[in-house]
Amino acid sequence: MEIKADGSDGSLVLIKQGAEARVFESTFVGSRRCIIKERFSKKYRHPTLDSKLTLKRLNAEARCMTKARRLGVVTPVLYAVDTVMHTLTFEYVEGPSVKDILLGFGLIGVDEEQMADITTQIGNAIGKLHDGGLVHGDLTTSNMLLRSSANQLVLIDFGLSFTSTLPEDKAVDLYVLERALLSMHSSCGNVMDRILAAYRKSSKQWSSTLNKLAEVRQRGRKRTMVG
Amino acid sequence: MKDKKLIALGFEGSANKIGVGVVAIDGTILSNPRHTYITPPGQGFLPRETAQHHHQHILPLVKSALDTAEVTPDEIDCLCYTKGPGMGAPLQVSAVVVRVLSQLWKKPIVGVNHCVAHIEMGRIVTGAVDPVVLYVSGGNTQVIAYSEGRYRIFGETIDIAVGNCLDRFARVLTLSNDPSPGYNIEQLAKKGEKFIELPYVVKGMDVSFSGILSFIEATAEEKLKDNECSPADLCFSLQETLFAMLVEITERAMAHCDKKDVLIVGGVGCNERLQKMMQIMCSERDGKLFATDDRYCVDNGAMIAYTGLLEYANGASTPMEESTFTQRFRTDEVLATWREKESAIA
Repeated sequence: MEIKADGSDGSLVLIKQGAEARVFESTFVGSRRCIIKERFSKKYRHPTLDSKLTLKRLNAEARCMTKARRLGVVTPVLYAVDTVMHTLTFEYVEGPSVKDILLGFGLIGVDEEQMADITTQIGNAIGKLHDGGLVHGDLTTSNMLLRSSANQLVLIDFGLSFTSTLPEDKAVDLYVLERALLSMHSSCGNVMDRILAAYRKSSKQWSSTLNKLAEVRQRGRKRTMVG
Repeated sequence: MKDKKLIALGFEGSANKIGVGVVAIDGTILSNPRHTYITPPGQGFLPRETAQHHHQHILPLVKSALDTAEVTPDEIDCLCYTKGPGMGAPLQVSAVVVRVLSQLWKKPIVGVNHCVAHIEMGRIVTGAVDPVVLYVSGGNTQVIAYSEGRYRIFGETIDIAVGNCLDRFARVLTLSNDPSPGYNIEQLAKKGEKFIELPYVVKGMDVSFSGILSFIEATAEEKLKDNECSPADLCFSLQETLFAMLVEITERAMAHCDKKDVLIVGGVGCNERLQKMMQIMCSERDGKLFATDDRYCVDNGAMIAYTGLLEYANGASTPMEESTFTQRFRTDEVLATWREKESAIA
């Protein structure tokens, strides 16, 4: 059974189609606004492999989201997991993405106070995740929202998250963010340094991670290849 | 008599194939002979023996390429060779031959990046304009897209290449290396029925194959001994798993750079199962798949000649003292000047 994408039943509106999942806006138990993320099956994959992967990733995402909350990082509240339909239902967060805010800064100039607040929140959040042994895996500014009501940072999309205590994995996590910032928001000045300053204060293991980050930067993510 | 089209002679010898091709600037392939160094089943090719093989065949290939193309050395505008990446000793053979011919015939040299040559050959043969490129061979596994003057690598293997993984598994099963181990795995996989679960290793946009190889090497020994599955089942499962990973990272790259079409190049690109899977993914995204057969997918001289000619037509050539070869030469090190001009027109 497929979810109708056109919203013809009046409650489901497709807001984003990614490579692996469709994201809908809907309501949960009556009137609560929610987001439904449906992982769809891939026809090119062998059915056994496909169902294994889809289920594994669905579970991993749900687990990582809730683990992040336990570590004190704000994520959308998970309402339901449906392993038959391959959907996650979670809270709708009202507010712009950090990407949009920073792009706005790029256009009209940086609001120093807001910038300091956002980067501190980002550094804190990542520090807490990493100290708890959780690696987000896809730290980009579009995966960070700012809840309008409380001006509170909310991390989303744990689809590539995994648990690890290795400095290497954490460093790569930070490096992904650094690259994303460079490619999208280079006009905002050095955002990464501000984030790392907050990260240093928030994470107890900052020193080993940041040493590793220097190494990761050196080699680039890409090895030089042979043949 | 002859038209004034630019013509290039290209030499490719970065791995176990030695090829010489004659190509005109519009992409017409006038000749493209090649010879493959085939090792006995259960063995791979080693640099020294491969270089010796290339040595023996390169001059007869030059003669046959010129004869088939019906061109004389005088009519050739430039000599192109694979500068890298590849195995050192085999690369050296074409580099040396090109230097000698350049001095004999008084023709300029153009050093070509092997990976870029695969892409350009694929584009001219299939007519793909601006695709995401999956380059899969025995030595390379990369997802590439053109952006701002260069072919950028969006995802790649973090250890061995997908072709290397297939080839080495073929050695475990002692499949024939003729015409290629990958081809024989593909044929055997068609008879496979049972899907055996293998590790599936996608890390963001990158993939890793070495763990899968170790796993299936161990599994093969165990399961074949106990008759739990057939070699065909193993080939089938290996292909399904490896190719699913490749299609997944290609799709990620497509979503990331907002491109619709895919071009598959490189030796593993001949695999029809890979093409089929990629086709399904593309049609789900309303995109098109561009793929070629073994004449162009597999390393050949024409792709080097054509890419070198593109560079030459844009004013680039390699001075004698810089006509070296290198084992490490990344796809994104090359400034694709010809692409800039193309997009300026478009």
